[in-house]
Amino acid sequence: MSFESFLIVAAILFCIGLYGALARRNVLAVLMSIELMFNAVNITLVAMAKYLAPAGLQDDISTVLTGQVFAVFIITVAAAEIALGLGIVFAMYRTDETVDLSEAIQMRH
Amino acid sequence: MLVQDIVFWILSLMAIVGSLGVVLVSNLFRAALLLILVFVAVAGMFILLSAEFLAVVQILIYVGAIAILIIFAVMLTRDVQRGNLPNRMHIPAAVFAALLFTALVAVAVDTKWDFLPAEHQERVELVQVSAVTIITDEVLNDEGLSLQEQEEIQESGLADLLISDYVLPFEAVSVLLLAALIGALVLVRPDRGTGRG
Repeated sequence: MSFESFLIVAAILFCIGLYGALARRNVLAVLMSIELMFNAVNITLVAMAKYLAPAGLQDDISTVLTGQVFAVFIITVAAAEIALGLGIVFAMYRTDETVDLSEAIQMRH
Repeated sequence: MLVQDIVFWILSLMAIVGSLGVVLVSNLFRAALLLILVFVAVAGMFILLSAEFLAVVQILIYVGAIAILIIFAVMLTRDVQRGNLPNRMHIPAAVFAALLFTALVAVAVDTKWDFLPAEHQERVELVQVSAVTIITDEVLNDEGLSLQEQEEIQESGLADLLISDYVLPFEAVSVLLLAALIGALVLVRPDRGTGRG
């Protein structure tokens, strides 16, 4: 359970998510892949908060929590992203009757 | 340490197999369920990394809210049976992802990481505990820390960081959430006059 093993697991998750986001045709699958990438980044940040020495460690011990603070922000932004993303999916489904990205060629009537 | 290692490998296996399932399984509903498995595995990893608060947040927000939203979306759109087809670019995408993975692993292994010095380890662990619970004075006294160090540990915590050093991003994220809420409402509002949606 070394620091590097966490980084490598996160890298695997990120790359699987990246492949999914680039290669899938269903927009919901793309959104799920983006969530995978968010999670991979969160693992990296929290692992760094646990194992690495932050720059201001000598002055303020609470800087060791910086990575966790960033993870909180990422989770919040992910929640906003999924709400908007699903809104766009529904709007697209209503106008085009499809959630296939290869068939979606416009965003208005 | 051994137990933690075993738990770590089980969790990584869950996360990797689950995420492969998310992108490869053709039934989108099953993909969404596998996504929940990945979220739970990541929450377990947060606990291993002594970030219990984030683990709880992960369960509440990802499993409780985001996954449910995605499952709703999967069931409301009728393309579930057609499944999760790849587009024409899937081979270049796989090559690109593999190249990026190689680069990331090279960086992770090659970099000289600036690890936490061993003499700080004990205080850092206390700070991480104090991020989620209140440490009583008795416990701190037992650790044999100076009065100043004790104060520092008691004043440190995720909530304190969020309203001191990171107050500006915190407020920005609040505005972002409000904007996303309103934006999502506007996007899904039925068209006036057509009566659809």
